[in-house]
Amino acid sequence: MQLIAFYILSTIVVLSALFVIAARNPVHSVLWLILAFFTSAGLLVLIGAEFLAMLLVVVYVGAVAVLFLFVVMMLDIDFVELKQGFLSYVPGGALIALALLAEIGIVAAAANFGGPETFKPNPGAPTNAEALSNVLYTDYLLLFQMSGIVLLVAMMGAIVLTLRHRPSVKRQNIAQQTGRKRKDAVELKDVRPGQGI
Amino acid sequence: METLHLGLVHYLSVSAALFTIGVFGIFVNRKNIIVILMAIELILLSVNINLVAFSVFNGTIVGQVFAMLVLTVAAAEAAVGLAILVVYFRNRGQIATEDVNVLRG
Repeated sequence: MQLIAFYILSTIVVLSALFVIAARNPVHSVLWLILAFFTSAGLLVLIGAEFLAMLLVVVYVGAVAVLFLFVVMMLDIDFVELKQGFLSYVPGGALIALALLAEIGIVAAAANFGGPETFKPNPGAPTNAEALSNVLYTDYLLLFQMSGIVLLVAMMGAIVLTLRHRPSVKRQNIAQQTGRKRKDAVELKDVRPGQGI
Repeated sequence: METLHLGLVHYLSVSAALFTIGVFGIFVNRKNIIVILMAIELILLSVNINLVAFSVFNGTIVGQVFAMLVLTVAAAEAAVGLAILVVYFRNRGQIATEDVNVLRG
């Protein structure tokens, strides 16, 4: 049963990954990418890594894929032109990909992975999130905080890169506004009757 | 009768296939930098599956901690990469990869 679920999910993952790189429209690519992330989250649930699976859905689908979607839709790009030469790149790319796959296969065949060969559920063990947090907040606290810093720096970088001040746009200058004195703004005139100013 | 069980090799095969597809995607979509970024995300996903599979089948939780770190870096990379893309598009009006070498100055 587990194996059937695995084969269904892995087929969907591999197919959707293929469609990510082969789709004509990048919007479709992003949607296939979302499917690939969802299904691989299912693959992780299958071997009891629920927390990582949910994190995958939240971070990848909820943040990264939506970011991709925004950027793809925001930029006004001629996608047909970008797709040109697709077929001429296929032979070289396929050659390199096959060489890479062969290398991975050779290494995997030669390696001894150790550990049990099959996955056995252990109902008595602490939940995945509990086990993970026991390690993450003690032994790997530094790693945890450093990944927070990585995220902070990435956020600042993205903001600094994309922020722009256009001189034609009028903005509220709060310092100027609050620093305004009464004598700069109001003037008293002694208007004589019948003459005006 | 010998029953087949879900093993480490299954997950490693899926991960290897995803990695290869990702590398293939980088080569094939050489002009389209958005799809290149997506292919990089696929590669990082395959690395994550690999880490989690080893962690589960070897009974150590540490692999999943590192998978979380990879996830963090992937999110940061996507954010900064897309920000660079947006700035580049704003300055040039197109995102063809051949012209990016103007960034050398």
